[in-house]
Formats: sequence, C-alpha cells, structure tokens
Amino acid sequence: MAEETITLIITRQDDPDSATYDETFKVKYRKNMNIISALMEIQKNPQNADGKRVAPVSWESNCLEEVCGACSMIINDVPRQACSTLVDKLEQPIRIAPMSTFPVVRDLVVDRSRMFESLKKVKAWIPIDGTYDLGPGPRMPEKKRQWAYELSKCMTCGVCLEACPNVNSKSDFIGPAPLSQVRLFNAHPTGEMHKGERLDALMEDGGITGCGNSQNCVQVCPKGIPLTTSIAALNRSTNLQSFKNFFGSDNAY
Amino acid sequence: MENRDFFYRRLHSLLGVVPIGIFLIQHLVVNHFAVYGPDSFNKAAQFMHDLPFRILLEIFIIFIPILFHAILGVYIVFVAKNNVRRYGFFRNWMFYLQRITGIITLIFIIWHVWETRVQIGMGTEELDYSLMENILASPVMFWFYVIGVVSTTFHFANGLWSFLVTWGITVTPRSQRIATYATLIVFLAVTYIGIRALFAFV
Repeated sequence: MAEETITLIITRQDDPDSATYDETFKVKYRKNMNIISALMEIQKNPQNADGKRVAPVSWESNCLEEVCGACSMIINDVPRQACSTLVDKLEQPIRIAPMSTFPVVRDLVVDRSRMFESLKKVKAWIPIDGTYDLGPGPRMPEKKRQWAYELSKCMTCGVCLEACPNVNSKSDFIGPAPLSQVRLFNAHPTGEMHKGERLDALMEDGGITGCGNSQNCVQVCPKGIPLTTSIAALNRSTNLQSFKNFFGSDNAY
Repeated sequence: MENRDFFYRRLHSLLGVVPIGIFLIQHLVVNHFAVYGPDSFNKAAQFMHDLPFRILLEIFIIFIPILFHAILGVYIVFVAKNNVRRYGFFRNWMFYLQRITGIITLIFIIWHVWETRVQIGMGTEELDYSLMENILASPVMFWFYVIGVVSTTFHFANGLWSFLVTWGITVTPRSQRIATYATLIVFLAVTYIGIRALFAFV
C-alpha cells in the first residue's frame, strides 16, 4: 500500500521584524491527526517538500483540548485552534498562517498580550480581599448562572479579534473578548459591587464604541460565546451608567 | 470632557435617526407630492419654504447634525479594515455596505445641496418643480439621483438596525433578527417613496 501523505503550506517568519515566506511540508498521514500532531511530525523531521533541512516550525500549544486558547492560527482561511482542527476534515493542501491581528513572534507564534492588557484595563476580576474575613458572598440566581457560565468559557484565544474588522492597527478597539468579560464579572453578585468601574473602563477610548456590529465575532468564536448579545447588553448598561454619571445617581457604583 | 469618544459616538448614532432620519423621511414625503403634479409639489415646497424660523430649523435640524454625522462617519469608515472576502457573513456585508453607502450618500448630498439649496440661496435658481425637472432631464443625473436615494435609504434603514443595538434596545439574537426584517421593510417603504418621486419629474 502506498504511503499516504498530507501537504501543509505554512506561512513562516523567522523573527518579529523579518519578511514572511511560505514553506511546503509533506507529512506522513496517520488516522485522527490534528494540526498539532502534523506540526509535531515536522518538528521530528524538519525537512521541507524539496527535501531541504530547515529550522523546525514554531508554534504554541498547551491543553490540546480547546480550553487554553494558545494554539489559535489561521487554518485554511479560518481562524481556529490547531488542537481541535482535524486533518480528516480539511481540504488539501492545508494552509496554515499565524493570526494577523497580533504581532508575530516567530512562525505561528503570536503575542496576545494586548488581550491580557485589555482584561486588566476593564478590571476583569472580582476584588474580595479585605483585612478581615468577608464571609460568603450573596447567592446567584440559577438562570443567571447558566448564561454567565457560557461567558466564562472564554479562553482569550484571540479568534474574535482576528475576525473583527474594527480591531486593526488603525483602531484602538480592545475587541469583543474583553467586553464580554465585563458582562461576566458584572453578572456575579460580588463582582456587581464594582460594576460601575468596569463600565467606566468600557466608556474610555478603545472601549465599547469601537464595535461596528459586523458580528463576525459571534460567528467565529470556537466556544460559541454569545459575544454580540454581551455587547448589546453592555451598550445598554454603559448608556445607563453614563446617564448616572452625568445626571447623578446613588447607584452609580 | 470625560469619555469624549463615547459621547461623540453615541451622539453620532442618535443624530443619524433624530433628526437626520426623520428629516429624510419628511423630505422624501414632501418630494412625493410631485407624483400629484407640479402644482401639488410647488404648494408643498412653498409650505416648507415658508415655515417660521426656517433658517434656524435648517441649521440645527439639518446642516449641523449632518455635518457632524458625516465627519465622524468618514473617520469610522477609515478605521475599519473590511474583510468580507474571508468572513462573508450577512452582518459583515451589512457592516461593509453601511460604510460604502455612507460615502456614496455623502458625495450625493454635497452635490445635491450644491445644485439646489446653495443655488437657491445665491438666487441663481428658483425653488420649484422645474428646477428638479431640469436636473433630472439628464439621464446621467437621473441615475445619479436614483443611486443617491437608494444609498441614503439603505444607510438610514441599516443604521436604524445598529441604532437599536447601540442603544441597548435589541439585545437578544431573536430581537436583532426581527429588527433586521423590520428595517428591511423600512428600507423598501422609504425607497419606494423616494424613487417614485424621482420618476414623477421625468
């Protein structure tokens, strides 16, 4: 039986400032391969399709079960996780490129730190530290917990930022993912005590007004997070917050 | 002022509907009097012309809001990096078309205001049926006006959809989908009024 191979065309870049180039690799096919296992084959034997030995392709991955968000890349024109993208379901040759919204570190490795900076900016956490035991927090309605749980699935993978036409070098829009996190932490009964601070952060430059309703984010999100519902809900709460801030309210916290 | 960007963007969204959207409908409905004949149109145009404080109404309801909406709008067009080729979703196309029609509408309005309101203001033209009849007698100008009107009504109807999202009125996907159908009906109705009036001049 002839040995089956798969062809990968990878957009490579040797360092953050150098030019990109495409390199073709042929990898022996195995059953149930995903993109990570194909990249691992290249790493074992870094030889391109012309038979020339080259530097192995760099990529990032951690969990291998689509929960960490590290291995996002553009595979056959779709931004997605390399670990959960199965070779059997792809058309050949498979084209792999790094996400274009983020600075490339090397080959398929991108620097997503802007997303973590955005999470810090919108205060995507719940402050519970005090000088004494604050005791248990208030209970949360079950129905609310159910939709909030969906928002908590965000793994900061960057796919929504990649698909958003308003996240680019000309705009300072922080993108859908950190917006939705504000809704998550504002939904939490303890987090809600600081909701005004998060909404105020969304009203700053690069905040929620950067959204142009192209709704690509909700279409591409690998975790199926209702990002556009979050954005519309936050539109409502930032509007109310801005009225409270301007006209005055005892509930503007 | 604090959060200037937020305020300007919300103002931009609001002005597109109130007063610009309302003015657009009023303008097209008044034009529609042309369907009932030149006299009918002239009477309606004269009524609008003779409104009290007309110059103030024009400045605060039409000129300043449109100027603000247009200037910020061109900036919004500039910061987008359209990607309908890779992400051909319906809403992404609407996003793209909203930007394209915004630019077409701006060009159309500048031209239209120049050859009507500015000429009337300078006294070189008279506000009546024959002014539009002469302009639309040229097939090129007629089709320019058709494109201009359709572009404007699309921009208004689709803008109404995003207005509902921006103001947090339609939050759920279902309400947003129904709003898509509702604004489609608005688009068809307003376009019908506008285009029918254009045909009345030829």
